[in-house]
Amino acid sequence: MDFGFSEEQELLRAEVRKFLDRSATLEQVRQIMAGEAGLDRSLWGQMGELGWVGLATPEEYGGSGLDLVTLIVLLEEMGRTLFPSPLITTVVTAKAIELAGSDAQRAQWLPGLAEGTTIGSFAYLESSDRHDLEGIELRGQRDGDATLLSGTKQLVFDTASADLFVVAYRSGSDRDDVSLAVVEAGAAGLEIDHFPTLDATKRLGRLRFEDVRIEADQRLGEEGAAGAVIARLLDLGALLVTAEAVGTAEGAIATTAEFAKQRVQFGSPIGRYQGVKHPLAEAHVDVESFKSLVYYAAWALDEGTRVASQAVSRAKAYASEALPRIGLEGVQLHGGVGYTAEYDIQLYLKRSKWVRPAYGDADHHFEKLAAESL
Amino acid sequence: MDFQLTPDEETFRSEVRAFLDENLPPAGERSPNFKQEWDAKVRAKGWIGFSWPKEVGGGGGSIMEQVILKDEMAQRRAPPLGSCFMGLAWVGPSLIEYGTPEQKARFIPEILDSKYQWCTGYSEPDSGSDLASLKCKCVREGDEYLVNGQKIWTSIAMWSKWMILLVRTDSESEIKHEGITCLLVPMDSPGIEVRPIENMAGTSMFAEVFFNDVRVPVENRLGEEGQGWQVTVSALAHERSGIAEFHGLMHNLQKLKELARRCQKNGEPAIEDPEIRRRLLRAEVKVEAMRLNGMRYLTKQLRGEKLGAETSINKLHRANLEIELGEVALEIEGGLGALKAGADAVPDDGRWQHMSMSWPEVVIGGGTPNIQRNIIAERILGLPKD
Repeated sequence: MDFGFSEEQELLRAEVRKFLDRSATLEQVRQIMAGEAGLDRSLWGQMGELGWVGLATPEEYGGSGLDLVTLIVLLEEMGRTLFPSPLITTVVTAKAIELAGSDAQRAQWLPGLAEGTTIGSFAYLESSDRHDLEGIELRGQRDGDATLLSGTKQLVFDTASADLFVVAYRSGSDRDDVSLAVVEAGAAGLEIDHFPTLDATKRLGRLRFEDVRIEADQRLGEEGAAGAVIARLLDLGALLVTAEAVGTAEGAIATTAEFAKQRVQFGSPIGRYQGVKHPLAEAHVDVESFKSLVYYAAWALDEGTRVASQAVSRAKAYASEALPRIGLEGVQLHGGVGYTAEYDIQLYLKRSKWVRPAYGDADHHFEKLAAESL
Repeated sequence: MDFQLTPDEETFRSEVRAFLDENLPPAGERSPNFKQEWDAKVRAKGWIGFSWPKEVGGGGGSIMEQVILKDEMAQRRAPPLGSCFMGLAWVGPSLIEYGTPEQKARFIPEILDSKYQWCTGYSEPDSGSDLASLKCKCVREGDEYLVNGQKIWTSIAMWSKWMILLVRTDSESEIKHEGITCLLVPMDSPGIEVRPIENMAGTSMFAEVFFNDVRVPVENRLGEEGQGWQVTVSALAHERSGIAEFHGLMHNLQKLKELARRCQKNGEPAIEDPEIRRRLLRAEVKVEAMRLNGMRYLTKQLRGEKLGAETSINKLHRANLEIELGEVALEIEGGLGALKAGADAVPDDGRWQHMSMSWPEVVIGGGTPNIQRNIIAERILGLPKD
């Protein structure tokens, strides 16, 4: 019995932390997030070369072939410094191609996604805001061997930097009659709108499809057979968002605790007062708890256990409620300076606004659990 | 990460399961002497004081075996292993670490055999959360200590034969943790008076204990004079990962869901109410988080590290859940939540009403939630001490 990380995994954590401490201080993060695409391509390329982007991609397609338990170590560290990167959605995209694609399709796209030279994004969410198969309404109509896609995807991650999208579409009227296809960002008939976001380190956009033509070799697997894969991708996305949120929560707590040790009022560092101590202690209780839930969920997904999806929902439900609370407490405990753009704590609060709904909010995941439990 | 047990651990688990199949009748089919017979049987297996070394008569179980045993027992809702509750919880561990050979030989077998109860004389009227400020006066006179003072919140004092007692032997000491001594006191000593305190649930589980010139032989001192704080803290510091609590909490949640299916809220089953659903599910997620937190602490122990302030995390969850489950139950019951045991309309024989009135036992017991928050903030987050 061992519910902890291996030496190799701890080593990876130390390496990532060193890299980010050097190359992605919050000062540098502020510069990156001010840029148009919200991404430093050269840093991202370095992470690709270090093997981090393709950490969970099979070795035969240019990845490191490691498991999700190892991947979440990387995400935790990136969350701690609010590092702007399309890692989550690139990993989900690669997983879609790995699970649903043919050997030829894997060979075509996975190496670029693993190296960081191609950025991918998974487009599934639509205006119904449903994180499930029923929510997929974008229409795919056969036109000989090809398929024509029409409809709208919204709140798609990292539209400003993505080179290609894996798009979920409806190919028939049955609930499970859903399919996946790869669409390049420059495809004819595809309009991409980039939205301003509260958290500029996380970009979101809208994809509008008007008879976008998909050839047979862009479709991943048989049409109408992607339901199970999509369900796995939604679990994976929720897992990765939550893992990153662990680091973000710890970063927010550390930033606030440091401030509370320095700031003197009434003749004493404010960290001595229980009005400051107790909310920080509660925040710590929360992050340690959804951390345990997310570690277990990563292990369960790696093992493919029957309860993996529920494990993911527990973690995401907890984090979706806790992180916004931690961000708000952090800003309040900073007092007036917490309201300024200069102090970093507001960046953590903003991140929580992205985390809360990403891959389903607490409501969605609680109700998913209810189906099994109530 | 790996949740597999070793073959030896699997064998041990099978042994426990086989024992339970054979010796644990369903709750309704147990004879009046069941608990006595049960204690004798688990004693013969070496499962009382299972974590204690074999030299003192304990079971010598490994950390993992202890967890397996507790987990299997809790899962089947088996009664506690042994009946000398505080003797097993901390008097025994203190004796093992600080007792003289004579003290060990005298007390440990009787604790393991559930001969009688021990009670714990720590808290005083003016020393609750700030335990080290205790004042109960104690002076040495020849071969005896003379004790004068008062203890309070002493659980089961009225049914106990012995008390583990903290007294102040040195009131001059500038550091309040020094000058405290630990004594083992027979409850029938002349000068001891026990006054039970009725709690808000209408029962009496704890008492005030008064000491009027109570004489305690020096040989009943546990540890050195002035070492009492260490003696106590080290026993309380045998922190457990708390994994076994999972089953009890899940059992309560299961009962709550059944209650919510039976009770009506605005003409619908309460289980359809979005707020009730959310509260039940949130509680269930927290219980699972507690289990997994416990697994991480267990992993730390298995890797040879000591547990510290992190166990306060599950204590806080435990406290919050104890209150929340009682509250959500009464909310599910609606108007019936105002009744109590004895009313024929009260659901589940009033068990939720009782829970909603007896949570302080769990919540205040081993350190209040605010004390746990201080511990986390100071020892983990590094904030300055109060």
